[in-house]
Amino acid sequence: MNVIALIIGGFLGSIFRYEVGRWIPAAGNFQLATVLINLVGCFFLGWFFTIATKWKIRPDVRLGIGTGFTGAFTTFSTFSVQTVDAISGKQFGTAVLYLLISVVGGLLMSFIGVAIGKKSLHKGGVSK
Amino acid sequence: MIGIVGLGGIFGTLLRYYLGKWISAKVGTSYPWGTWVINISGSFILGILSGLHSSHSIPDWSWLMLGVGFCGAYTTFSTFGYETIGLIEKGNKSQAAAYVVTSVVLGILFAWLGHLSIS
Repeated sequence: MNVIALIIGGFLGSIFRYEVGRWIPAAGNFQLATVLINLVGCFFLGWFFTIATKWKIRPDVRLGIGTGFTGAFTTFSTFSVQTVDAISGKQFGTAVLYLLISVVGGLLMSFIGVAIGKKSLHKGGVSK
Repeated sequence: MIGIVGLGGIFGTLLRYYLGKWISAKVGTSYPWGTWVINISGSFILGILSGLHSSHSIPDWSWLMLGVGFCGAYTTFSTFGYETIGLIEKGNKSQAAAYVVTSVVLGILFAWLGHLSIS
């Protein structure tokens, strides 16, 4: 089932990223869609992978939603290329802002996702 | 058009998973070499493709399938973030810093080299 889960997750995650990118316009040369996609994805994956083990989520479901969907929804290559685009367009301020918000924001969102996941596990443990 | 993006995304996702597994089986350290190689190599390929796309050297459907779909799904930002937090939580702070800095600097450098290689 692992391959099927990855296929479904990867298919939907890519389409979802494409659609969000079409609906959220770039603010000048600042690619807002990619930033939002990566930040939301970082938060969700941190939370989901943290609760997945304790909630006994099936390995193929974990793989489909986490590695497949969220992995394909977020993207590193677009981040790299859009930074290069901003630099080659001499939009240095935009490039720095885009890079910092993506990287610092992304790591912060991953951290918050993991922390909230752990907190919900703790509460779950208490009530049980 | 959506189906073309999704199709590329399937192959990108499968390659990320199996190549990542293969690399960590080969190297077998706590450092996330799999995602590291994937994000840098994917940035290089997308650099080439976006250069070809903006100069109208490739048809739109191939950009959507290979660029948006394949490269977008092959590389991943969420796993990069999650693995960094994992390294920090295990106390490998210098590895976490090295992972973040080299992924970002080399990712951007290789995207640029991809652009240069076709111009």
